[in-house]
Amino acid sequence: MAGSAGGHSGWGRRIAILVPYLWLIAFFLAPFLIVLKISISTTAIAQPPYVPVWDSVGAALTHLGSPNLDNYLFLFEDSLYINSYLNSLKIAALSTLMALLVGYPMAYGIARSSRNWRGALLTLVILPFWTSFLIRVYAWVGILKTEGILNSFLLWIGVIAEPLQIHFTPTAVYIGIVYSYLPFMILPLYSTLEKLDESLLEAAADLGARPLTTFWKVTLPLSLPGIAAGCFLVFIPAVGEFVIPELLGGSSTQMIGRTLWSEFFQNRDWPLASSVAVLLLMVLVVPIVIFQRYARREGTG
Amino acid sequence: MRKGPGLFLRSAMVLGFAFLYAPILILMLYSFNASKLVTVWGGFSTRWYVELWSNAALLDAARISVLVAATASTLATVLGVMAGYALARVPSFFGRTLFSGMVLAPLVMPEVITGLSLLLAFISISMDRGFTTIVIAHATFSMCYVAIVIQARLSGFDQSVEEAAEDLGARPATVFRRITLPLIMPGVISGWLLSFTLSLDDLVIASFTSGPGSTTLPMKIFSSVRLGVTPEINAIATILIGLVAAGTIIWSLALKRAEANRVKAAA
Repeated sequence: MAGSAGGHSGWGRRIAILVPYLWLIAFFLAPFLIVLKISISTTAIAQPPYVPVWDSVGAALTHLGSPNLDNYLFLFEDSLYINSYLNSLKIAALSTLMALLVGYPMAYGIARSSRNWRGALLTLVILPFWTSFLIRVYAWVGILKTEGILNSFLLWIGVIAEPLQIHFTPTAVYIGIVYSYLPFMILPLYSTLEKLDESLLEAAADLGARPLTTFWKVTLPLSLPGIAAGCFLVFIPAVGEFVIPELLGGSSTQMIGRTLWSEFFQNRDWPLASSVAVLLLMVLVVPIVIFQRYARREGTG
Repeated sequence: MRKGPGLFLRSAMVLGFAFLYAPILILMLYSFNASKLVTVWGGFSTRWYVELWSNAALLDAARISVLVAATASTLATVLGVMAGYALARVPSFFGRTLFSGMVLAPLVMPEVITGLSLLLAFISISMDRGFTTIVIAHATFSMCYVAIVIQARLSGFDQSVEEAAEDLGARPATVFRRITLPLIMPGVISGWLLSFTLSLDDLVIASFTSGPGSTTLPMKIFSSVRLGVTPEINAIATILIGLVAAGTIIWSLALKRAEANRVKAAA
């Protein structure tokens, strides 16, 4: 009987809902509200290094009328923060585009391979996702360093006379992001391209369209859902990235994840770090909401 | 009949996979380098692996990481199975939208924000930071992955089998143990393995939520990597990659075999 949820099976279901629900409220929702609260409190040189906005519910109500927005105002006054945000968005957008350019032909190639090959190739795409992110980023340090493997190789074959400075430049960050998030781009692209109806391509060819025209007019438009999903999956995590700009970009690339980290661990300014976090989330909310709507529509359609 | 990939797509795949795998392979190769200079090949040697065993700090961090990962992934699996079950099998309950939002949100939340907010929460309830706080943090984001895997698996199965058992008088606990759990078991194991690797790999959230005496392996690796490339880190990275690759291959072969057996049994 479908409607037995409230009947004899009620207790098991109630526990299955309640336990994870309370857990997420305690360790996901409440912590975020605390960040929100600390972001509007005043910095103090103490342990913990902030003056709470309120200590009791009664005090909370009086303070709600006059939250301290100094931290947020400060973020807009100091160009360091604005630049960090803009730089993060720029780097994330450009690396997403590059990942698309690298990932699309790979996904299309896999989708058109024979059935036996497809499984193996897909495993090869997924496998790096299971290996440590930190180690994969670290692997590039040894390659891109001034005295690293790439420079030694290029010097040896005589292409360059002096080692290139790639490590600790934005170029290294782009390489790192594309490399780390490429599987996220390939997988959704593959799943739309794999479903592509071959007869449409044949029809286009029969009607005299050249392969490139067929690609522009048929394949590309039909794979738009995969392109959108892949781009979101790369762009969203790339904006808040910390490890890649820290290890590969150094001081040359100020991204917001690094700014938050140093505000918290080096300057120990917790209220400011909290308002950086809140603002970062606001920047991300728009693409996240669009993506979730989109994913839901795709899921039901 | 599907037309195979042409020359352009073939070369794109070759170059793409080379880009994905070359850095890891180079790192593994150089972990067997006899020279202390990371970029100069000084012959084959296993000395860095031998030296790993005398690096007490690194071994200790590895031990803590494995303990954290095992505890957190078990907790995450229990919580995630419950959450996935609730999302797939209970069509409406109070605050369902908030619940499904909270299950999805940690997947897109930047790690720096998750880490910062959990740390501030632990401090506000004056909880000492260490093993427990890292486990809570890891279990919280991992349970969301588990929930999604379980929800996807459960939505793929018809509810009528469970209902039939209930109608025949089986108690809900029995239905879950004898019917639902076996159906979602591959998802449960995948979810646990995914949680384990996510926890073992996490640097950012662990850095925020750890305390003195609970430095995890990624934190240890990160602090030495900041000072430059060292052959010892190459060696431990190679060991980690080897373990994960072996685990993934064994698990996917086991899944394939189980699937084949089921097809055979059904035929």
